[in-house]
Amino acid sequence: MRYIDEFRDAGTAKKFVAKIREITTRPWTIMEICGGQTHTIVKYGIEPLLPPEIMLVHGPGCPVCVTALEIIDKAIAIASRPDVIFTSFGDMLRVPGSSTDLLSVKAKGGNVRIVYSPLDAVRLAQQNPHRKVVFFAVGFETTAPANAMAVWQAERLGLTNFSILCSHVLVPPAMEAILSSPTNRVQGFLAAGHVCTVMGYEEYFPIARRYHVPIVVTGFEPVDILQGLALTVEQLENGECTVENQYTRSVRREGNVPAQKLIAEVFERTDRKWRGIGQIPGSGYRLREQFSAYDAERIFDVGHLAAEESPLCIAGLVLQGLRKPHECSAFGSRCTPERPLGAPMVSSEGACAAYYHYGRVQPHPTH
Amino acid sequence: MAGSPTYDFSAGPACPIPISDYPTVLLAHGGGGKLSQHLIQKLFLSQFQNPHLAPLHDGAILPVDAGRLAFSTDSYVIHPIFFPGGTIGELAVNGTVNDLAMCGARPQYLSVAFILEEGLPMGDLWRIVLAMRQAADLAGITLVTGDTKVVDKGKGDMIFITTSGIGMIPEGIDIGPERARTGDTIILSGSIADHGIAIMSVREGLEFETQIASDTAALNGLVESMFSASKAIHVLRDPTRGGVASALNEIAGTARVGMVLREDSIPVREEVRGACELLGLDPLYVANEGKLLAIVDAASSERVLEAMRAHPRGRDAVIIGEVIDDHPGVVVMKSRIGGSRVVDMLSGEQLPRIC
Amino acid sequence: MCLAIPGKVLDINRISSPVMGKVSFGGIQKDVCLEWLPEVQPGDYVIVHVGFAISRMDEKEALETLKLFEEMEGGLDELDGGDPSDAPGPVEPDNSR
Repeated sequence: MRYIDEFRDAGTAKKFVAKIREITTRPWTIMEICGGQTHTIVKYGIEPLLPPEIMLVHGPGCPVCVTALEIIDKAIAIASRPDVIFTSFGDMLRVPGSSTDLLSVKAKGGNVRIVYSPLDAVRLAQQNPHRKVVFFAVGFETTAPANAMAVWQAERLGLTNFSILCSHVLVPPAMEAILSSPTNRVQGFLAAGHVCTVMGYEEYFPIARRYHVPIVVTGFEPVDILQGLALTVEQLENGECTVENQYTRSVRREGNVPAQKLIAEVFERTDRKWRGIGQIPGSGYRLREQFSAYDAERIFDVGHLAAEESPLCIAGLVLQGLRKPHECSAFGSRCTPERPLGAPMVSSEGACAAYYHYGRVQPHPTH
Repeated sequence: MAGSPTYDFSAGPACPIPISDYPTVLLAHGGGGKLSQHLIQKLFLSQFQNPHLAPLHDGAILPVDAGRLAFSTDSYVIHPIFFPGGTIGELAVNGTVNDLAMCGARPQYLSVAFILEEGLPMGDLWRIVLAMRQAADLAGITLVTGDTKVVDKGKGDMIFITTSGIGMIPEGIDIGPERARTGDTIILSGSIADHGIAIMSVREGLEFETQIASDTAALNGLVESMFSASKAIHVLRDPTRGGVASALNEIAGTARVGMVLREDSIPVREEVRGACELLGLDPLYVANEGKLLAIVDAASSERVLEAMRAHPRGRDAVIIGEVIDDHPGVVVMKSRIGGSRVVDMLSGEQLPRIC
Repeated sequence: MCLAIPGKVLDINRISSPVMGKVSFGGIQKDVCLEWLPEVQPGDYVIVHVGFAISRMDEKEALETLKLFEEMEGGLDELDGGDPSDAPGPVEPDNSR
């Protein structure tokens, strides 16, 4: 496939591996924010190819892992109602809430459907005027314009039976939260290429300056990741800390302006709780007041469901890169992909699931 | 519930039960009385005529040779019942034929049990029966006994089919997962993920404009030609639900051997790849209905591969990996860039992702 | 958080609201929303996430990048270390049967 295969080329990948080995002289800890990048790293077995000085930490980059427990519980409560068709991306179906998950609700007869696009959920609402269609609007900035468009479409069509359960999260505040933690070990970042495709990368310059970290906007194919790592290591070795764009074929500095306009029209910034990390101010989107008719949290009185994380789950420490999954006492025993205690074990690019699948053959990279 | 089928079978004979009289299946059609008899005679017997079935006795009485008999059963509950490349009908026939072939047997006789939902359009049932007849003819298998029940509307998903089959295993053939040995070659008969993606492409919300067809096919002919080339075939498996990854994990677990696969060698059709990329699915875990995995003694693998490629069902056969000593029970794949990862069993069905 | 892949725009319906187009991904075609890329033309490549095109592939950039890759010094022929399962060559058949 064009513009995919070339960036999976073995020869090119080997060149970058050689380059990284050549320029690395000291230990460096680098975090990739985006779950899609984690997926590539695990799928292509990139970590063991790197020199032992490089430690990769998988950041809180997937909506599966960071959606607050309360929201999952709310989703389950709404989905269990007989008058509701609950629609969601596939990723969210296995995420454990306090006591169950959406897939189990579906198994018990709940009308839970996987959709590929938020517009499919709007279509379902048109086709089912006597049901309430709710769409689980999770994601980073990449998905925000699409979810905004769904709401905008619903309004344009005059739909009264469509709403979204919104749990958008933003990357730059998360990065700052990680960097400002006193126990932070991350020295460089691969920024999320598709988030930056939408939002541009202007907002990362102040972060790079304030915390003295190189930030390289990186794509998702193995060659992209390796080139992104090479650029990051190069900066680290030279004591530089600026923002660079590796993913030039997709990302412009200003991002996609029409998409940003739509986001601003429909959403506004809010504080959000990140599962395992806690409240990060200004780190989420919520629907603006004029779109409150499409806010599922208001329409369905699911109230303030307080939720307790399993005391055994150290997802927060893992997501911040402070612990490795195999350092968790429940890892592989009480917590497995079949019976996960927390989200990073459910998602295929959650750090814990990645270690569980990958680490059984390969010794874990250590410093 | 009962939509008109999307795929045109009108080239075949017309439905012998006048649709104007009985446009849909009624509860009485499963009751054992006149209407049942009518259904059996007109719909089933007319297609599956043979001396074993004709007596319509409680069971079929069959002559068999001495030796080892393979016996397999499977149920088919797929929805949608019509999809690009086939119907639930040929899936039900080919599925059991293939299970027998994977035991090293020559499939001979088949039974079929239908559970029909009241209200199923008679035209749909007829098309499925026609498809089963065609599939049985192609596979060279005879339907010798069957049963029909009808359940209340709402109690069944249009139609459920259970097929069971028997066949003798020729002398000298010894197939079983425990027979996989270090050094054996792992051969795949053709492109993967066609069936699973074809099904997904019809389901709501995941439609594609380009048609990807299911690969449903009987593999007993292919297996016979493989055995003509060499009897040193240790394991045969058709990677249905759970795909190639699950099938190989099961074998590796049973035989306590490790396996290494090469990502580059695994054939995936371009459109199927496009669909998988779009949905974030790994083709290794997607179902196939007309492909097989063979674990073959290394010295015989070239010969077996040649025989496969000479057969219409094995044209794209390729070696995808080896059985090794390391990490028993674990399947590892070498990526095209040289790294490797564990190809694990999935905890559940693979779901499309956006992340 | 961001499964998005490049596809080729086959045609565009500028009358619909939002603007939609047919995009081909290696032979698979899908209807995609092109609302945020007003300058896109049939024949262009776009990056698509959950049914929406989020950017137009800068083909000039992509090809320049690929050229740069080609001009880079060659990598090692063998990747040493970190590969626990180097596939062994064909081995002697097991004689124990």
